[in-house]
Amino acid sequence: MTSASDAQTDRSVLPITERYTLIGWLRRNLFSDAFNSILTLVALVFLFFVARNLLRWAFATAEWGVIPANFNLIMRGQYPATEAWRLWLVIYLLGAVVGVTWRLISGQFSGVARLLLTIPFFLMLIPFFSMGTRLNLFITAVASAAGYYIEGYLPIQRRGRAAVYFILAYLVIMLLLLRGFGADDGPMPPVSPILWGGLLLSLLLAFFGITLSFPLGVALALGRQSHLPAIRVMSVIYIEFIRGVPLISLLFMGQVMLQLFLPDGFPLVDRVLRALVAITLFSAAYTAENVRGGLQSIPRGQYEAAQALGLSAYQSTINIILPQALRAVIPVLVGQFISLFKDTTLVALVGIFDLLGIARTILANPDWLGTHQEVYAIIAVLFWIFSYSMSYASRRLERRLGVGVR
Amino acid sequence: MQNIHASQVRPPFYRDERVLGIFSQVLVVVIVLGLGLFFFSNMISGLREKHSVAISFSFLGQAAGFDIGESLIEYSRERTYLRAFVVGLLNTFQVAILGIIFATALGILIGVMRLSANFLVSRIASVYIDIFRNIPLLVLLIFWAQGVFLKLPRVAEAIVLPGPIFLSNRGVAIPWGIPTDSWPTYLLVLAAGIILGAVVAYFLREQGKRTGRMPLVTLWFLVTVGAVGLVGWIVLPQPMTIDQPFLEGFNTQGGKILSQQFMALLSGLIIYTAAFIAEVVRAGIQSVSKGQREAATALGLTPAQTLRLVIFPQALRVIIPPLTSQYLNLTKNSSLAIAIGYPDLFAVAGNTILNQTGREIEMFTMIMGTYLSLSLLTSLLMNAYNRRIRLVER
Repeated sequence: MTSASDAQTDRSVLPITERYTLIGWLRRNLFSDAFNSILTLVALVFLFFVARNLLRWAFATAEWGVIPANFNLIMRGQYPATEAWRLWLVIYLLGAVVGVTWRLISGQFSGVARLLLTIPFFLMLIPFFSMGTRLNLFITAVASAAGYYIEGYLPIQRRGRAAVYFILAYLVIMLLLLRGFGADDGPMPPVSPILWGGLLLSLLLAFFGITLSFPLGVALALGRQSHLPAIRVMSVIYIEFIRGVPLISLLFMGQVMLQLFLPDGFPLVDRVLRALVAITLFSAAYTAENVRGGLQSIPRGQYEAAQALGLSAYQSTINIILPQALRAVIPVLVGQFISLFKDTTLVALVGIFDLLGIARTILANPDWLGTHQEVYAIIAVLFWIFSYSMSYASRRLERRLGVGVR
Repeated sequence: MQNIHASQVRPPFYRDERVLGIFSQVLVVVIVLGLGLFFFSNMISGLREKHSVAISFSFLGQAAGFDIGESLIEYSRERTYLRAFVVGLLNTFQVAILGIIFATALGILIGVMRLSANFLVSRIASVYIDIFRNIPLLVLLIFWAQGVFLKLPRVAEAIVLPGPIFLSNRGVAIPWGIPTDSWPTYLLVLAAGIILGAVVAYFLREQGKRTGRMPLVTLWFLVTVGAVGLVGWIVLPQPMTIDQPFLEGFNTQGGKILSQQFMALLSGLIIYTAAFIAEVVRAGIQSVSKGQREAATALGLTPAQTLRLVIFPQALRVIIPPLTSQYLNLTKNSSLAIAIGYPDLFAVAGNTILNQTGREIEMFTMIMGTYLSLSLLTSLLMNAYNRRIRLVER
């Protein structure tokens, strides 16, 4: 795309009648000379075979029955069906919080907001969903619209800060709902994180991995840039050590050795939490390197101006340096978050039933022998949707903040 | 009243930056050391209950007692744990080196396609990049192993590609050279060819410096080596015979058989990493400003010369650092072999040996030490190379 538009800007601007004709476009972009025409033909043949095989597989060969039959497993793992209403409540609240914070931050009902609001309706079209699921999705859409409108009546001054509070409150409520409390026969019986699974667990691991590793990474980056030698050396050692070893070795180490490090009689840390610790510690080192890139891009003058204004080291870091440094590295940070999300699949190798782990258990079931292609294709598509939307959102955010423009 | 200059007044110690700096460093060091000591003492006391000696590497000399599916060096279950570790390490090297070579080639191809003026070609490349950058490598690897290579037909109905190459659920059988008696002599001839090529290259370069017209040094180097190699191949009595695989009963005979685990791991790593390398290459080429291309054209350079002498050397400067980290990622990612049953370093050491001996500390020290030294070694080499091609500013 880029080069196609570059090619157009290379020349003088065409008259408007020629700029938008189909033939003209074809000639410019596909058949400008002999070599280009051959390339186009080769590409067309290639596309034809890929599309034919793909469509044949998707509509004739593949047996998609395995997906509806195991849909609940894929979505929430072993989370008890009797408690599934709590998950729906979490999703309603998510819708509401998205509605509220959207208005707090962006302040307008833009195209993206409309797109977000249509997601539940699109999901309702999935053929094998029950009426109950569709109703729940509808309620989610209503909740997010309600959140958006209610915000208009709230007397809120510091909008950014309020959004953060809303999200933090949501996190606490979400964990309470998921984890449950009180007696086993009470209204909210506890559900051990071991039973959380599927997409639910993948998203939770990614979300908490990101939110926990980010501050740690920023601290390490500041530590590496610090003029205090002891702090700098320790940050460097930590970052280089973690970046030198594969995540899988940290995950195995967490599972095998964490308990060794703790004193006798220390309560057993559960498997999921151990994996989360490993993912967080791993990701923090990479975040630190990305943030360091941003810190290095800040000209000395900024530090000196902050000092001249009488700001303390702490004040100038928080108010002057970090906001600029972080804005400069948004794309790389989002890239890092995406790779963290993708890396959560590795927990499947230490016996945790995230999306990939659940896929493996489904395929171990004799009823679904030989459906590897179908199950893994769906898992890949689910991961792709979330990762791609993250990178899309980051590109938009980048444009809005004008990174590299100012 | 005495007049005191501001610089002579020391702030109270709790606001003195130097005091605060020293204090915070001491605090951090004490906390880190304290935690480390706490963990370490817990670990030692825990290990005392398990083994007679808390930490010892002597078990490495014992017989391993397990088989390894594939090995580059001779190995059997009677050999030691240390030998098994080396087998795993070599398997990691094998997959990483091949993966790096092929991923670089595919990545450059796709990165250049991405920049093509042809709309379709550039779209195909960008779809490829968007797909494979956004799905987890582990899912790709398992899909590749269980959804593709395991689903290949049985040996009797193997897919035959020209070569011949047999694709079946036992793996991929390819033709392979078998060295004959004259092979060592031929290697000497090749070495002589390389030396001769280097000499030729040196004189060409000197001549280029003298006359100001640089000949295609690399091309002439390759031509010299190739010519010597060809002459040696003809003169010596067949340094190597080609062993072609063929079907016999329910199995293929001859050639070299690449296991399906190895093929799945290799192809998954290549496809995944190539998408990242393509982006690196694209960014590198785009980083060369348009003025450079225009200036080269204005000086009368042909498009090929522009690419070789102007665009590429400058793009390389931007490409090398992120490319290095992609190579490192590929090497570290090869540890996912454990998910599809290829016996790499981590699968052998972190899984099999660890489970048999229960020596967690020792094994993790060895594994992490190995990966760390690989990383540091690669960074050192690449940094040295980077320094050589760096922009020399006034």
